[in-house]
Amino acid sequence: MSHEAVRVDPDMEYLTPGVVDLEQMFWTGLGATYTHCNQVWPNLYIGDKKTALEKPGLVEMGVTHIINAAEGTWNNVSTEMIHSLFLVNPSGDIFLEKHWKSVVSRSVCDYFLEAREKALDPEDVPPVISTPHHYLISIYRDKLFFLSVIQTEVPPLFVIEFLHRVAEMIQDYFGECSETVIKDNVVMVYELLEEMLDNGFPLATESNVLKEMIRPPTILRSVVNTLTGSSNVGDKLPTGQLSTIPWRRAGVKYTNNEAYFDVVEEIDAILDRTGTTVFAEIQGVVEACVKLSGMPDLTLSFMNPRLLDDVSFHPCVRYKRWESERVLSFIPPDGNFTLMTYHVNAQNLVAIPVYVKHSINFFESGSGGRLDLTVGPKQTMGKTVEGVLVTVHMPKTVLSVSLNATQGSYTYDNATKVLVWDIGKLNPQKLPNLRGSLSLQTGAPKPEENPSLNIDLKIQQLAISGLKVNRLDMFGEKYKPFKGVKYITKAGKFQVRM
Amino acid sequence: MLSMSTNNSSYNDQGGADSAVEIGQETTPTSNSGAGFGLFSTDFKKNDDLKEMLENNKESLKLEAMKRIVGLIAKGKNASELFPAVVKNVASKNIELKKLVYVYLVRYAEEQQDLALLSISTFQRALKDPNQLIRASALRVLSSIRVPIIIPIMMLAIKEAASDMSPYVRKTSAHAIQKLYSLDPDQKEHLIEVIEKLLKDKSTLVAGSVVMAFEEVCPERIDLIHKNYRKLCNLLVDVEEWGQVVIISMLTRYARTQFTSPWREDGVFDENSERAFYESDEEKTRDDTEIKPYTMDPDHRLLLRNTKPLLQSRNTAVVMSVAQLYWHLAPRNEVSIVTKSLVRLLRSHREVQYIVLQNIATMSIQRKGMFEPYMKSFYVRSTDATHIKSLKLEILTNLANEANISTILREFQTYVKSQDKQFAAGTIQAIGRCATNISEVTDTCLNGLVLLLSNRDETVVAESVVVIKKLLQAQPSQHSDIIKHMAKLLDNITVSMARASILWLIGEYCERVPKIAPDVLRKMAKSFTSEEDIVKLQTVNLAAKLYLTNSKQTKLLTQYILNLGKYDQNYDIRDRTRFIRQLIVPNEKSGALSKYARRILLAPKPAPVLESAYKDRDRYQLGTLSHTINTKASGYLELSDWPAVAPDQSVRNVEVIEPVKEWAPSLGKTGKSKPAKSSDDKFYSDSGEEEEDEKGSGTSSSNDGSSSSSAGLSLCLCVPPPGPVLYLPETYSPSDLRHCVDIGFVKQLLFRVSGYLHVFRSVTVSYVVPFVPQEVKLQKEVSLLDLDDCELTDVKPWSVLSPSLLTDLEGLSLSNISTMQVSGPAFVPEKSHNLLHRMTGKGLAAQYQFTRQPCLYQPNMVSVQISLTNTSDHRLEQIHIGERSPAGLKIHCFNTIEFLEPDASVTVSMGIDFNDSTQAANFQLCTKEDQFSVSIQPAVGDLFLAVTMTEQDFRKEQGKLQGMNECSATITVTAENTSSQPLNRRVAAMANVGVVPSGQDNVHRFAGKTACSGAVLLVTVELRESSAAVITINTEKSVMGSMLLRDLKKSLAQA
Repeated sequence: MSHEAVRVDPDMEYLTPGVVDLEQMFWTGLGATYTHCNQVWPNLYIGDKKTALEKPGLVEMGVTHIINAAEGTWNNVSTEMIHSLFLVNPSGDIFLEKHWKSVVSRSVCDYFLEAREKALDPEDVPPVISTPHHYLISIYRDKLFFLSVIQTEVPPLFVIEFLHRVAEMIQDYFGECSETVIKDNVVMVYELLEEMLDNGFPLATESNVLKEMIRPPTILRSVVNTLTGSSNVGDKLPTGQLSTIPWRRAGVKYTNNEAYFDVVEEIDAILDRTGTTVFAEIQGVVEACVKLSGMPDLTLSFMNPRLLDDVSFHPCVRYKRWESERVLSFIPPDGNFTLMTYHVNAQNLVAIPVYVKHSINFFESGSGGRLDLTVGPKQTMGKTVEGVLVTVHMPKTVLSVSLNATQGSYTYDNATKVLVWDIGKLNPQKLPNLRGSLSLQTGAPKPEENPSLNIDLKIQQLAISGLKVNRLDMFGEKYKPFKGVKYITKAGKFQVRM
Repeated sequence: MLSMSTNNSSYNDQGGADSAVEIGQETTPTSNSGAGFGLFSTDFKKNDDLKEMLENNKESLKLEAMKRIVGLIAKGKNASELFPAVVKNVASKNIELKKLVYVYLVRYAEEQQDLALLSISTFQRALKDPNQLIRASALRVLSSIRVPIIIPIMMLAIKEAASDMSPYVRKTSAHAIQKLYSLDPDQKEHLIEVIEKLLKDKSTLVAGSVVMAFEEVCPERIDLIHKNYRKLCNLLVDVEEWGQVVIISMLTRYARTQFTSPWREDGVFDENSERAFYESDEEKTRDDTEIKPYTMDPDHRLLLRNTKPLLQSRNTAVVMSVAQLYWHLAPRNEVSIVTKSLVRLLRSHREVQYIVLQNIATMSIQRKGMFEPYMKSFYVRSTDATHIKSLKLEILTNLANEANISTILREFQTYVKSQDKQFAAGTIQAIGRCATNISEVTDTCLNGLVLLLSNRDETVVAESVVVIKKLLQAQPSQHSDIIKHMAKLLDNITVSMARASILWLIGEYCERVPKIAPDVLRKMAKSFTSEEDIVKLQTVNLAAKLYLTNSKQTKLLTQYILNLGKYDQNYDIRDRTRFIRQLIVPNEKSGALSKYARRILLAPKPAPVLESAYKDRDRYQLGTLSHTINTKASGYLELSDWPAVAPDQSVRNVEVIEPVKEWAPSLGKTGKSKPAKSSDDKFYSDSGEEEEDEKGSGTSSSNDGSSSSSAGLSLCLCVPPPGPVLYLPETYSPSDLRHCVDIGFVKQLLFRVSGYLHVFRSVTVSYVVPFVPQEVKLQKEVSLLDLDDCELTDVKPWSVLSPSLLTDLEGLSLSNISTMQVSGPAFVPEKSHNLLHRMTGKGLAAQYQFTRQPCLYQPNMVSVQISLTNTSDHRLEQIHIGERSPAGLKIHCFNTIEFLEPDASVTVSMGIDFNDSTQAANFQLCTKEDQFSVSIQPAVGDLFLAVTMTEQDFRKEQGKLQGMNECSATITVTAENTSSQPLNRRVAAMANVGVVPSGQDNVHRFAGKTACSGAVLLVTVELRESSAAVITINTEKSVMGSMLLRDLKKSLAQA
């Protein structure tokens, strides 16, 4: 017996809890602990199916008769991690469902839809919802909800991580992850899901392995397929899954052997209204596109690896080499992948590439206000700042704006109250400015808080932390590959409080 | 809109029973109809069409039909009526068609059990396919078909697949175990057998899946893990990421049942005592004599060490599971290494942030210090989702202390102004919590909150009032002006909770605001009928309190309010009114209670405690679903408390007795040979001893030549003096054994030793058989064939082992003989120590002696020889070793001695891991009736093993061990010790070191290494003129060095 039955002693001064207490227990979940079997009176037990099916345990307890008070046809012992998956669009329609075991009625989604109704924003829907019989774990991505149904204890991050992998896989296969794309390719999505999970446990999640089993669609192939009726399912069986390097498929061949690495850094920052940096840090990611034949073994080293404070790697990177020599040594997957992500040492001061002069006033009367924004370059290491985009979430009472931009164009969405000013390239000689008036809802009080600005920008050929790739070496193959490294700096969560 | 309606009507045609639901759900028609598979298009055909297409001979039509059917399934529509038509195609040659049929089968087999049976034979055939992937996929589908009648077939298939050549098929069988278990829990016992078998699997592919099956089927059978623990730890890094999560969580549970707590009672962890064990520790000198209170089990350390690299995983679930492992298992001072990685996860998706922040919230309550340096990472951005914001707020509040409170409050000021009012209200509560927790800022916070009272937003004001109320309750005396201010606010505030709070405050402290209170009551009486219930209740309360303190001014008002309350619609208010009336207004009926009215209503009330909502979340294991939802999820396995005493650690020993490392016979030829690389390495890493393998020079021995005939199976045979130990890899079956005993030599060796035969019977259970003769009486020229001369008689120690046997045996060992060889002891002290006096031992007397031989059982043990004598007049039965202390002490016990006749004596040997310290090993010597506590105290010199090396090597080693690692002393030696012979003897008597040939007459060198860690010990005695001598000891074990120096000084200076 895995779970000892709770014993009851009739002589003990035990009082059966009253209705109120029971209700209390029921709602709070405190006080009562769940066990598989409870002795409620000498020689009388209440237990679940698990207990009822374990005959040795029953014999041990001296049970002679069992009365079944369970409801339903199949009361299964649930042993899977992810039971079902539902895809839900923003308007609350379930457009795909996949069950890895017996079918869970889609009415279970009602709990989720209810929470979805309550939340102001889809982002505000709690990722974990508990219902009487199931737990719902969902992610919101690309305007879709991926909703999984769980029956037993499982690390929530496990499920969340997996759902994101599903979304990434769809993105990878079809170029985008949207309702239309999924509906168009429903069979292939279904086949993918079938391979990704077995009995609710992740089976093949490596893109390289999946692509060997189910070939991604190309325009040419889909035309051929419709004409000839041939399929996308690979007739070869995947070999990667069986090898010690499951992320790489075997027999890769290219005529041009190339390896490109993009070092992309994002600045996360919060600036307060005076322009002082409240918080700033740099996150980086090394994205790779490797198209090399055979089984190349690559070594990538940095000029200044000390800058990197915290790193995480693709499973292909040999951790021991990094620990001892600070070089990345790996046999790459084929195609695009994220080699590593890193965080730059917090001691280093973060260069903030732009500054914003801003003023926003609401008139005391509450009928309107004025806005004046100027953006200028600050520490750009001599590079041009491009793709500057300023987003302002206006207070709910702002009805309309009438502004004048000296550069770029602005839009104001009255429904979401979001002002977007697309500036483009920053010219240090002539700073872009946006000014004008705001009109408020009549009768509404003056907004308490000034909105904050979110800034997007891009600087080519610069890694703002100063990280530099030293060299890339290839072992194990004879040909000479073409190698390239590119640096980009972007704004991450870059926020200016007004 | 038009297209939608046509769409729906076409669905209705064939949708059958579902159609009513469909209209409701079908609100977004797809834009692209026509293309695709026709599923969402208007020209949708009836199921009959599909049936026809399936029965057609053209594969393309069948495929088209199957695609549509899968489309139906994806939409959640019923396609079960097509079962007969679909199932016929299960044997199709077309892989895609086959796969789609599989999808269909798995979905509907449960509903159409009889028809599903038609497909079974196809799978059974596929299970025998030469292609591993086909075998695997057949098993996958077969086990997914939830038809009870095929349970026996499934069981058979699983069992067969579990011993498949291909690890991928074995992995699939591990998955199938769970499926079968959920279909029929009665199969549990059989499934456990399969799990047990698969747990032994060495493939990283299998490890994750089988542990998953273990967790689902038999998480209580923790005993199955023991033997596989070290292997799992070592494989962990190479297991696929999902498997890592499962294994880590299982190992967390395991460790909590098997190791003692690394958290000391006083909360201060003694770093030294632990480190000393793992690495050489130079600063150890001072506390060596102290008793070590806690030593971490090496297996516990192994787990922590092997999970650490996974913090760098890209998979957030893996990182989180390592973090929770450290939180639940690591010594307090090591937990903080997970901080950085957890903070990294905050840059991931919103949902990941949510879970991670929750866990950080729980952690930050107990361990502020862990996250304080990263405080800024928890600053809120206006674009964060609401639940992320409130979690960040929670964490910031937890992190607040005297040093950072001003920064945090400044940050909070920004948040209070947020447009998200729920969040602003949360911030005000957070300020309140900071104010109560940090007394320095209470006044600042209170003033700040009072300022917020004039905020334009109602929720902000209301929340402030509530929080101020709580704060004032803690220290009401100083703040009557705040109460006055709040009384004034009552006119403007409309939020009922805030109004109620103000009324309560005025009532509670009415004596501090005697003038204002009655006036407030007057206003409330006026508006009573239009107030919310909660406000009415507080008004009644206020009236009652004022009546008691100031009845002159308020008597009429109170009566008026009580009358209003009496006829209120809400029964709570009516009840309360009646109660209050009876209590405060004395009349003939209620005399007794009203005497106490003042004490009842105006009792001093304790201040509320403002604390975190995450305060008791730590009762759930971090990272679990239960922790997230704060209730026990079904299937949640409680993490047990640390055991007070560690269970037997030897259960984890995979009984491959380590070959005696670096053993080489003293008279051996220095035949150098490479260690047999491939097979050997593999073998040892399985035993989970990789570590030690790296440390030692890897002198595993295997009889390469002879085993080559046994079809590549590696049979390792290691024969340290004097007894042979046989290693058998786990895959050995009895037939293999039979095969290997054909090898003449082994056969003779094995069969002739009495009592060995049982080995063959037990070999399936424990694949390694230590063969240790308890006493071996060996005459001068013993050939191996004479080993059956073993007798249990009294003993000559094996130091008299015949040199020729040694050479014989040496031929078997393919050991990599390094420049540093362990040699036989130069001197074995005759002296034996008393272990148990015959008086205290009730007739059992015991003496022990250090043999100074490399220990057979484990290379890091010191071998001790114990002679037991029965001095009583009756037979003593079952002499064995019982409990030992400290708990972590590793002893290799001698086998139980069944009986000892009166006046007989027996000598047995045992191994003790002293862990390179002179701390005594305490254990119990038990007979059938009695238990005697005894202890063995090693002299420092006995903890070494003699080593021979060349002078050149000696100097090289010495060069590495300078500075801290060197200690020396100048002494005056007695006259007789100035010549080399007696000097060598003296030194060798004191410590088990080997003589290093020296080129200089006046310099004598000795070398040894510590038994446990194998640290080199070098002793130099340099004789100078006028009987002065300098003793220098170089070793990284500086404590041992200085102790030895002390002993040597004494010994050499002796007269």
